[in-house]
Amino acid sequence: MSVAVLAPLAMSLWRSLTDPSLGLTHYTDLFTDGITLTIVSRTLMTSLIVTVGTVVLGYPYAYLMTRVSTTTRILMLTAVLVPFWTSMTARNFAWLILVQRDGPVDKMFSAVGIDGVVLHGTVAGVAVAMIQVMLPFMVLPLYSHMAGIDRKLLLAAQALGSTPIRAFRKIFLPLSVGGVVSGSILVFALSFGFYVTPAILGSPQQSLVAQLLGQRTLQLLDFAAAGALGIVVLLFTLALVTVANRMGGSVSALGASVAKGK
Amino acid sequence: MSTATHTPQASSIQTEGTHISLHGVTKDYGLERPAVADVDLEIEGGEFVSFLGPSGSGKTTTLNMIAGLETVTRGTVSLDGVDVSHLPAYKRNLGMLFQNYALFPHMTVAQNVAYPLRERKVGRAEIKERVAAVLELVQLTGREAALPRQLSGGQQQRVALARSIVFNPRALLLDEPLGALDKNLRAALQLELRRIHREVGSTFVFVTHDQEEAMTLSDRIVLFREGGVEQVGTPEDLYQRPNTLFAARFLGDSNTFRVVPGADGVSYGDVSWAAVPDTVAPGVAGSQAAYVVVRPEHMELAQDGPVPTGAPSTRVRIQDVEFVGSFLRVVARSTDRDELITAKLSPGSATPEVGTEVDLWWRPESQRIVVP
Repeated sequence: MSVAVLAPLAMSLWRSLTDPSLGLTHYTDLFTDGITLTIVSRTLMTSLIVTVGTVVLGYPYAYLMTRVSTTTRILMLTAVLVPFWTSMTARNFAWLILVQRDGPVDKMFSAVGIDGVVLHGTVAGVAVAMIQVMLPFMVLPLYSHMAGIDRKLLLAAQALGSTPIRAFRKIFLPLSVGGVVSGSILVFALSFGFYVTPAILGSPQQSLVAQLLGQRTLQLLDFAAAGALGIVVLLFTLALVTVANRMGGSVSALGASVAKGK
Repeated sequence: MSTATHTPQASSIQTEGTHISLHGVTKDYGLERPAVADVDLEIEGGEFVSFLGPSGSGKTTTLNMIAGLETVTRGTVSLDGVDVSHLPAYKRNLGMLFQNYALFPHMTVAQNVAYPLRERKVGRAEIKERVAAVLELVQLTGREAALPRQLSGGQQQRVALARSIVFNPRALLLDEPLGALDKNLRAALQLELRRIHREVGSTFVFVTHDQEEAMTLSDRIVLFREGGVEQVGTPEDLYQRPNTLFAARFLGDSNTFRVVPGADGVSYGDVSWAAVPDTVAPGVAGSQAAYVVVRPEHMELAQDGPVPTGAPSTRVRIQDVEFVGSFLRVVARSTDRDELITAKLSPGSATPEVGTEVDLWWRPESQRIVVP
């Protein structure tokens, strides 16, 4: 397994440093070519929006899942997982139909007097579709984390003088942060290197990192430059995950001890 | 909150206990029988009352209805004469202690204890003072910065106790708070609860299924059975004067003989046993069947002479004799009824021979005649 992962990586690294001649030119080019940095920061922004979007939609959903009957919970879980099981390409083409010019979204906005809402080819359109695609990756860790929080704690808070809303804010919310952190790391890391949605719904003018990589490998056949970009993206993602893990670590550890009923 | 007294330590956490009264309190989940049915109860201010009963008898549900964590289907819960039946838990100002401690895992000991004070907008300086005083009361001074998971079970429960009394609740509701602790720790915390009850002065309502715990701790015991109150009384009342077979069997060991109530006594087979007036529970007179209850320590063995005249007795064959230290435990089987009977004899008594047939007798005033 590790050979299958590491060998191509090593080959990319080797090529990015030696092709056509030994040196770091491919790496310095990333910072000086004027386009890579713009695309990387656009990708960061998009991933951030997608992460926040999935938290906003996923948190209440996951919370609701902890409060309903078993049957409803299974239904809610299925509703999250069914799109997860269908082809990602199919889903993205579905979004393409929704957000294209004169598509349902455009018509809906026109009906209330706002014309020309065409999300196809924009970062906004990419973000909306990606939020939908990424939602399971947020809901599942959130739910498993929340299910481990002892409901008695909320009753105890109420017995100690908190309104139900305050009990939620002072007890449940801080204890669920661990789940938000794990879900966010997952969604952010996946979004950062996501290819399908930007390729189908985005545009070359608004391209994201994965498209840039695709362009360099598939169209320009500049494997050395693409390798350099790939390595930088990989290192950046790893660094981000490590930092987020550190930050969320203490909170997650707490959550884990709650889950064990300590 | 009337916390004008700023003298630290015990005086700052003293309060007058609240009077709790329940009238026709019922909780019905729509199952075949209500979880709690028509409970009437008066708990005096400052009293230590235990709700005792097997699991599913409605004791915890009743406690939760007093706390406001469970709604009442019918009936009223009043605190000091004020109907609070529909008041949410956070407005009732009662302390509550849970079996699993329910400490907030993301807060330190000090933050946990300060929680109810923060929720009541108490000033920072006063919070500090009162947290220190209450932690001293539960002997946890110095552990303020610890997280709950760094403490032992006993320490965690003491933090929970501190948290539930720090805001001077006039009643403290305890839901099997010692259930998760081992035996030695339980005994230590029982003593501590008694001491804190004396020092704090609020009303304590203590739920337990452990009859020994209820007997040692409480001023009065409320015995629950299948959602209703079976009997209320002091531990001595319930032990010496149970009214029903259930009460007699639930509190302490007992020998029971099924008898037929008569005019001035009971008949057991073809013999009649006289009944001393005070030993007959209400309801026996009109009842078809009754039980004679005799505690093992009231049983005597007729080894050196005949059964005294007028004393009820039964013929038994000795099955087993154990020396338990402070007493001699004799297990015997009655020859005519095939019932097991236990007797606790003083250690000085002669050890009876296993297999021999003797008469076991007791004084009629030490028996209790109860309804099934």
